[in-house]
Amino acid sequence: MPARIVLQQADIGRALTRISYEILESNRGRDDLIILGIPTRGVQLARRIGAQLSEITGSAVPTGSLDITLYRDDLRRHPTRTPSPTEVPSGGIDGATVVLVDDVLYSGRTIRAALDALSDIGRPRAVRLAVLVDRGHRELPIRPDFVGKNLPSAQTERINVHLAEVDGDEYVSIEDNA
Amino acid sequence: MRHLLSTKGLGREQAIAILDVAEDMGDVSQREVKKLPALRGKTVVNLFYEDSTRTRISFEAAAKRLSADVINFSAKGSSVSKGESLKDTAQTLASMGADAVVIRHPASGAPQTLAQSGWIDAGIVNAGDGMHEHPTQALLDAFTIRRRFHGAAARGRDLDGISVAIVGDILHSRVARSNIWLLTALGASVHLVAPATLMPVDLEGWPVTVGYDLDRELASGPDVVMMLRIQAERMHASFFPNAREYSRQWGLDEDRVGRLGAGTIVMHPGPMNRGLEISALAADSPLSTVREQVTNGVSVRMAALYLLLSGERESSEGEPVEEEQSA
Repeated sequence: MPARIVLQQADIGRALTRISYEILESNRGRDDLIILGIPTRGVQLARRIGAQLSEITGSAVPTGSLDITLYRDDLRRHPTRTPSPTEVPSGGIDGATVVLVDDVLYSGRTIRAALDALSDIGRPRAVRLAVLVDRGHRELPIRPDFVGKNLPSAQTERINVHLAEVDGDEYVSIEDNA
Repeated sequence: MRHLLSTKGLGREQAIAILDVAEDMGDVSQREVKKLPALRGKTVVNLFYEDSTRTRISFEAAAKRLSADVINFSAKGSSVSKGESLKDTAQTLASMGADAVVIRHPASGAPQTLAQSGWIDAGIVNAGDGMHEHPTQALLDAFTIRRRFHGAAARGRDLDGISVAIVGDILHSRVARSNIWLLTALGASVHLVAPATLMPVDLEGWPVTVGYDLDRELASGPDVVMMLRIQAERMHASFFPNAREYSRQWGLDEDRVGRLGAGTIVMHPGPMNRGLEISALAADSPLSTVREQVTNGVSVRMAALYLLLSGERESSEGEPVEEEQSA
């Protein structure tokens, strides 16, 4: 079955704008936000959300990346994975409200690894989770705080997220792999 | 990667990939919590048939930062002094469930034997074998050079256009051999400088130029001057008249350091014979990378152990990592 587009470029833009406002609303005016993306595409999404937040609030909201490769629970089940750099704002994350950003939320295992990675870097006041797509099928007690689109899917289906910075084109599609 | 036995045959892309992973490991060593869970439940054995301080503790620190369990084995005070063979030792370690064996041995080729014998299934890392190779030392040297010349933008870079002079006892040096293969694979040019008695006889096929005059080499303006240790334990013949003579001709003394350009770096694999191949002034000058080399050694060895031990056990080459869907 061919891939079916579920979000166009403009839809992705609107979803990120809404997520940015929701983050601000839930943070009740505190200026302790740090937006950390999970490589690869989460980093791009985090940068875009950070840029929007900076524009809305008028003060710079720091962004960065959090690599979780070395914290995965399936390292020994796959060929060796190459880690990506972790870049945390110079002030560290102690006492901050960290918003983790990823493209697709699925089993929840990536986020479990991200929480472990985060606690080795510092002790944030709170950790929130923003995802572009929530496709369900959680295997751990983890839920997102901010969601671009809920996309009920079968486990045989595959969600493709393409972003301009990484892939050249931009859309979210769903295809059946069965 | 199944084993790390030598740098000969390591391609440019593969070498850069290892150094890039080492960059990530280096970031971890800057943090307050210097620990990663990546190798939890794995056992790394340090099997040392020769004396070593920094290489052994460097491997130990690297394995521990990745949460592996470490068993240190030194031939002195073990059954080896009762005559146990390498085969029996290896089989003992295999029975104990070692996942990786880091071996240093006075015989060239001992790690290779261990890797190919079938005595043990563990990943083998060569931590120096006789006069053959010392691959992690070369990797940390390349890493140190890349950091000094490319700074924070070092990821993904090679060593194109950098000239390296390796000075001293080339004949007995496994550090020199590993560096020659690795640095040239990364695009650097390597020049050897030594007394004729400490230069290997047959250099055919070595991608290097050879000189016997240190002052002439320094005048050509190398980017990196790598001083090798005079290995007293291997000086069984009269390779040079005496230490003062060696120091005057091939030592990096105050006068020679003063003539180096400001961008030049001075390297030494350690342990240093201060006053012999390197003066105290050179060793402690801002040009010297001796202490950085030790720091980087841990990062590079973390990268090597991670690449060896994480992931499925591959029989030959691993498949490329597929883009993950789970998130």
